[in-house]
Amino acid sequence: MTAINRRRLLGLGAAGAAGVAAAGAGAFATRSVLEGPPPAAAATTSDPVSFYGERQAGIVTPAQDRLHFVSFDVITKKREELVELLQEWTAAAARMTQGKDAGTFGAVGGAPEAPPDDTGEALGLPASGLTLTIGFGPSLFDDRFGLAAKKPAALADLPKFPGEDLKPEISGGDICIQACAHDPQVAVHAIRNLARIGFGRVSIRWSQLGFGRTSSTSRSQATPRNLFGFKDGTNNLKLEDAALLKDQLWVAPGDGPAWMAGGSYMVTRKIRMNIETWDRTSLVEQEEIFGRDKGEGAPMGKKREFDVIDFAAKKPDGTPVIPMDSHVRLAHPSTHGNAHLLRRGYNYVEGSDGLGRLDAGLFFIAYQRDPHKQYVPIQMELARKDKLNEYIKHISSGLFACPPGLRDAGDYWGRALFA
Amino acid sequence: MRTPLVLTVGALALAGLTACSSSGDGGDTSAQAGGKPGKIAVAASDTDCKVSTTDLPAGTSTFAVTNGGSKVTEFYVYAAGDRVMGEVENIVPGLTREVLIELPAGTYETACKPGMIGKGIRNPLKVTGAAAPLSDDAKLAKASTDYQRYVKSQTGALLTKTQEFVDAVKAGDVAKAKELFPVARTYWERIEPVAESFGDLDPAIDAREGDLAKGEEWTGFHKIEKDLWISGDISKDGPVADKLMADVREIVKRAEAEKVPPLKLANGAKELLDEVATGKITGEEDRYSHTDLWDFAANLEGSRAAVAALRPVLDERDPALAKTLDEKFEAADAALSQHRKGDGWKLHTELSKEELKTLSDAINALAEPISKVAAVVAK
Repeated sequence: MTAINRRRLLGLGAAGAAGVAAAGAGAFATRSVLEGPPPAAAATTSDPVSFYGERQAGIVTPAQDRLHFVSFDVITKKREELVELLQEWTAAAARMTQGKDAGTFGAVGGAPEAPPDDTGEALGLPASGLTLTIGFGPSLFDDRFGLAAKKPAALADLPKFPGEDLKPEISGGDICIQACAHDPQVAVHAIRNLARIGFGRVSIRWSQLGFGRTSSTSRSQATPRNLFGFKDGTNNLKLEDAALLKDQLWVAPGDGPAWMAGGSYMVTRKIRMNIETWDRTSLVEQEEIFGRDKGEGAPMGKKREFDVIDFAAKKPDGTPVIPMDSHVRLAHPSTHGNAHLLRRGYNYVEGSDGLGRLDAGLFFIAYQRDPHKQYVPIQMELARKDKLNEYIKHISSGLFACPPGLRDAGDYWGRALFA
Repeated sequence: MRTPLVLTVGALALAGLTACSSSGDGGDTSAQAGGKPGKIAVAASDTDCKVSTTDLPAGTSTFAVTNGGSKVTEFYVYAAGDRVMGEVENIVPGLTREVLIELPAGTYETACKPGMIGKGIRNPLKVTGAAAPLSDDAKLAKASTDYQRYVKSQTGALLTKTQEFVDAVKAGDVAKAKELFPVARTYWERIEPVAESFGDLDPAIDAREGDLAKGEEWTGFHKIEKDLWISGDISKDGPVADKLMADVREIVKRAEAEKVPPLKLANGAKELLDEVATGKITGEEDRYSHTDLWDFAANLEGSRAAVAALRPVLDERDPALAKTLDEKFEAADAALSQHRKGDGWKLHTELSKEELKTLSDAINALAEPISKVAAVVAK
């Protein structure tokens, strides 16, 4: 019963897989030639993504459609129990990303008297491009596990940004895991099983579902829209930008402690959107706030989404074509000494707020080489000047150090950190 | 209702039925020299638990426990993992009570619990002599017997305390009834896995208002709880109280006769924690009195007793799991003990959300390994 694929268990053969694959192939079928060896990206929305590699999957992996994100507090006080958990998690993650059950016996293969070692809701579902990406938060580096000396300077707390209203109970955490997949059930299944494995050693601090990606991380993908209806992140760092990724995304040897070389820092921000007031705003005002045209996503004054933005262009009356306080200008790398982010956010809706409004927004995720040189200056500028602030509020914040990828089955999450 | 293994002499509820004198005579209180166990004197006080010997021959021994302290006390003999080999409760200051306990060769702990709380004052007890090791099947069969013994150790107090509660309700003594409500429920909640197997009686005793379909009559603890805490009017609860007592008597009769099979015992241990996770941490169980932590503690103890009965099987088949369970039970006890208040517990409403989360984490940490016990037993 070991190592059985979930699909095969239910008697679905290759033909079934091909059918699912055909339906979702779309954008991925025409992936461009890549520079350098990125983590294997799934060729279809049902295929698995390689769990092992130089980098953790789930960063430059072409953004999957769905997210389940979780942040844990470590509750055990024993370092060896935490290491054991990381090893157990790694084994389960390696299995689940390949479309297998979380445990070796699986949802239906174990002793009838025992609770199954997989919860079963992903039976019959393909791997669905599942990636599981782990990050370690600043609070893990206190005196509990002897990690203080290994804390990277880049994990220093983010400054307070004007206008934010952060709720501590949905912010921070010792360890985060980002699960991305093309099927929401597969992402939820992964987090649920990892949380279960962790009982007694970690406790869920907060978690977040995202129903639709708002970023493209590959030129093979179209830029999706956020809940304001705009294409956001046209200039995102992408899989194909090898030189920029090296300079802006991946931590280089010498940047900080050796265990993070080849990794990346993740910032999460839950951004509540006042979509009802936004929807009552005129089209022209909406476009001026973003600095882009709503239909095509082209910079104002241009025709196509990827046309080069001309920040110097002036209207006949002498005012800038792209307003000084527009989102695109304030967030653009040229405003911040060429600081880029790899954004990987997701739209969320969590029911309604009891006042007749949708509880909706953006769960923003960004990866970078050093958040204090990239996210912080960009967000400080946005927080001070962005006209969009009238319609949004940052309500949670997270900062995590995501180590490099795992070599093979003998490696585990956090091995170099706990060495 | 007596087991041949444990005789609690002079239990309050049944004082009239016991033939033996319950006064200590101090004359024949040491283990006899010839290898035959005799009477062992236990001098209990508020700070001490002096057992007259630390070595015993295997077999049945009589422990005569004299309470020289100022608090009501209990006396236990525990095997590894706090498996109760025998115990006597409700020893009021000045009284001596006796208990017969059969102990095979092994190492044990004796414990007095002044105030009837906590882990008690513990001392080692060594029992030597021939005791044939049990076969696997015999160990499993013994688990059922051991658990039955535990159930019987609780039913006497359940009857006593329920009767006191019922009497207070019928006397219209709201204050006293409120005080006794969580105490009587403690004994009930400890043995719930066996009680629940008697389909119609459990709801009659323990249903919550929302559990009933339209037109069904609401009886039992929680009906009276609502009247005590919400309206404060129990003047019409006499018949409900009488029915409660009758139902508890009936369930005690059936529970004492029930030999819970090992697998059901394992599942019962898990279900008690499920009860804690879904009913007590949320404050749903005792939604009017908010005495959920009493039930929480009782469920936890009941779960531990069920696991303890299975301990010899676990020790042999999965010692690592047995060790984990010991640790997690300790951790859960420690987490809960933060919320002691006097001889009882804080109200659910006195705990912060963060404190409840810590308790929830402790229960989850324990419930996961407990969920693995059944498969080990079924091996």
